[in-house]
Amino acid sequence: MATKLNDAPVGIGSSLSRVDGKLKVTGGARYAAEHPVADLLYGVVVSGAIAKGRVTKLHTEAAMAAPGVVEVVSHLNRPHIAWFDKAYQDQVAPPGSPFRAFYDAEIIYSGQPIALVVGRTFEDARHGASLVQVEYEIDEHETDFERSPEFKPKKTRDTFVEPKNRGDEAGAYAKAEHKVDVSYYLPTEHHNPMEMHATTVQWHGDGRITVYDKTQGSQNVQAYLVGVFGFAKKNVRVLNPYVGGGFGSGLRPQYQVYLATLAAKMLERSVRVVLTRQQMFSFTHRSECRHIIRLGANDDGALQSIYSKAVTPTSRFENYMEPIANWGGQAYRCDNATMDWALTAVDTYTPGDMRAPGAATGMTLFEMALDEMAYETGVDPLALRLTNYSDRDEMMDIPYTSKALREAYQEGAEAFGWSQREAAPRSMRDGSELVGWGMATGIWDAMFQKTTVRAKLSANGHLEVATAGSDIGTGTYTVMTQVAAGALGLPADQVSAVLGDSDLPPSPIEGGSWTAASTGAAVQIACDAVRVKLAKAAAKVDGNPLGGASVDDLRFEDGRMILAADPSKAVGYGEAMTAAGVSEIEATEAAAPGPLESIGEMLGVKKKAKNTHSAIYAEVKVDEELGVVRVTRIVCAVAAGRIVNPKTARSQILGGVVMGIGMALHEETLADHRIGRFMNHNFAEYHIPAHADVLDIDVIFVDEPDSEVSPLGIKGLGEIGIVGTAAAIGNAIFHATGKRVRSLPITIDKLLD
Amino acid sequence: MPTKLAEPTAQTAERLIDIDLTVNGKAEHFSIAPWVTLLDLLRERLDLTGTKKGCDHGQCGACTVLVDGKRVNSCLTLAVVRDGSEIQTIEGLSSGDTLHPMQQAFIDHDAFQCGYCTPGQICSAIGMLREGKADGRDAIRENMSGNLCRCGAYTNIADAIESVQGREDAR
Ligand code: FES
Ligand code: FES
Repeated sequence: MATKLNDAPVGIGSSLSRVDGKLKVTGGARYAAEHPVADLLYGVVVSGAIAKGRVTKLHTEAAMAAPGVVEVVSHLNRPHIAWFDKAYQDQVAPPGSPFRAFYDAEIIYSGQPIALVVGRTFEDARHGASLVQVEYEIDEHETDFERSPEFKPKKTRDTFVEPKNRGDEAGAYAKAEHKVDVSYYLPTEHHNPMEMHATTVQWHGDGRITVYDKTQGSQNVQAYLVGVFGFAKKNVRVLNPYVGGGFGSGLRPQYQVYLATLAAKMLERSVRVVLTRQQMFSFTHRSECRHIIRLGANDDGALQSIYSKAVTPTSRFENYMEPIANWGGQAYRCDNATMDWALTAVDTYTPGDMRAPGAATGMTLFEMALDEMAYETGVDPLALRLTNYSDRDEMMDIPYTSKALREAYQEGAEAFGWSQREAAPRSMRDGSELVGWGMATGIWDAMFQKTTVRAKLSANGHLEVATAGSDIGTGTYTVMTQVAAGALGLPADQVSAVLGDSDLPPSPIEGGSWTAASTGAAVQIACDAVRVKLAKAAAKVDGNPLGGASVDDLRFEDGRMILAADPSKAVGYGEAMTAAGVSEIEATEAAAPGPLESIGEMLGVKKKAKNTHSAIYAEVKVDEELGVVRVTRIVCAVAAGRIVNPKTARSQILGGVVMGIGMALHEETLADHRIGRFMNHNFAEYHIPAHADVLDIDVIFVDEPDSEVSPLGIKGLGEIGIVGTAAAIGNAIFHATGKRVRSLPITIDKLLD
Repeated sequence: MPTKLAEPTAQTAERLIDIDLTVNGKAEHFSIAPWVTLLDLLRERLDLTGTKKGCDHGQCGACTVLVDGKRVNSCLTLAVVRDGSEIQTIEGLSSGDTLHPMQQAFIDHDAFQCGYCTPGQICSAIGMLREGKADGRDAIRENMSGNLCRCGAYTNIADAIESVQGREDAR
């Protein structure tokens, strides 16, 4: 790595309770729609009812005449907005032409916003919105991705990994003793964070706006608003101190921030826009996927061939793609592997990243197919995975910086009691319920992104660490506090972490599970710089008690610098600062992947693979007559490098596992292709796991020291919990019932079918 | 920052209804339109934004508050029909720096991540204890199922509730 760091910061590894906990349990944490702003107007979105065509007439007279309605904003009266696509392309936009609301009369997907009714109260605006009548000219649409032709766009997303194939898959498959040739399906899913997307734009009247937005990246939104509306960058401040979940829905600037800003600019007033839960289904989603998997193996379960092809839809205006097909080919030793992918274009909004994009789909479905091979060969599912275990990224043919998956398999199996399993389906029972045990492997990337942190130590011993990044529930505030407290030997309550403000030093969007590793490292480096300055200041203290010792000779504890060689010699931080005549010491530092590494990755020559791994074991109980499935037990053993905070880390995994339960049993956005529209756009019909669905979850972190993956050895945990979980559950359902359901979620109708 | 909260418009004034509520121990008087929900009243007129809106349709529980001691989805409650009621929101549970035992249990058990469902979970948990329904883990799960948590903190929430369920002061 490029940067040398202080070893063993004391703050890392402690189970500090969430530092923002008190604010969150008292209602004090304010989310995007909750910042008080004077003279606020409220905007309510009118959503389009057709999938494709154009608005021919917008009847706004009744709405305009309704009490309290101030304006109906639409393509007919909007102020000037940017023309070039470039202006709309945010940090993570896939190749294409981003959606722009109210640009013209064209409708390109169902649910598209076509007007914003602005009123003096929320109720007035909502009433006004109900009075807007729309006439359309309807074009033919296609939303069924399996009826659209496959294609492979020339330009792929920067993060997309083109498969790299090896050997002769077709030849090896033909000769294999055991074959599995299956087609799996994952439906569309919606992120549905509990906080609905919302924006409060404060119009200051002097050219400046302050924007409280539900986003995973304040600076991404700031750049977007500057590009689209032509504001000067210094006049746009975006804040997101608390974010009520994201899971990817807030990676890109979504239309609520665009509409609220548009209306504010037009009316020169402060405006708040909150989407409805129904409208939460009208921008971005995890794409559905058809995954063809063909496996060949020997009698002992050794894989001879892997074929994996994933087809997913994208919108007609952007080419969104995820690396879905690659994971099995990366994870397992096998000489012959072909991975392939294709898109088809449909008339929907562009799909987007949702928790572990690519892996949550591809590894999950692959792990279900692999379970089929376990039964085909008669080899225990865990033994089969161990037989094909690899210490290398088999697709790229490079080693990992670390991979303690073997330990995860083992510790998870012990905790679960896997060795007690009867292999045959339908062989285990508990009263009237069939019992099934299944397992799967999870894998995700361990990424690291350039992040800058400002550390400021005051003479009273208070330390503030700040960056523009976000805490979307992931525990970033807590991680920053711990690393900073450790670096300067301060109690946690003397440290404050500041996030969610585009004015702060640059941070990437909060996603990809890179935040703990990247922000943690930047905090450490910034605090190290403060230490250096403190040591210099100490030399100014009368009599120079530390004798000009450098940081390496000092311990930073309890707000004091202590000479390691002679602990009787110490200087307090405040004392040193007073002697140096300063009231605070500040340092701003960036943590970034080393230059060689960046260039290497740019040229596609990665030397080592960086991944987190997991082993998931699931127990289900299935009511044979009713087909009701209960997930009674899950053990998720995770190998994810160094764990900063076991308490919040565990919660991250629990959250991923719960979403995995949803993927296995509940979550599915259904489209009516005749009208080209998602039908079940509310929580009564789009099911997510509830309390009663979640029983016992055991999380294990296996020891995985790794000095290469990131400066502090952290790998990140936001996504690994979901990867493979649905497969373990699906495999357990097969074990319980003998029924292999190849289309998620595994609902009662499919089991009774 | 001085905040002027939304006022009813002149045109709606004739349809306004006068109600009195006690909110977190404080007497409040409102002239409101009959279609204003208790949730929007709390959030937009009283700036008590601790009570959350997660669906506005009674499907998520984020808006749970205690009305005359009972847990209620405030998004499904028109404020005018609660004239004379006593409302307790998340902001009214702690006194000064002392947290309600349920709030403290949520912190101790890391029973949230993003925190958005949390006020509703806490109010609902207290309401459930008052109903005498928190009898064992299964009952807690069942009776808390009206409160969704997309961050998936369910097991920690159940742990938190279990840890205080026997305490008189947790009700
Ligand atoms: S907001 Fe009331 S139940 Fe969801
Ligand atoms: S803590 Fe985020 S929804 Fe429950």
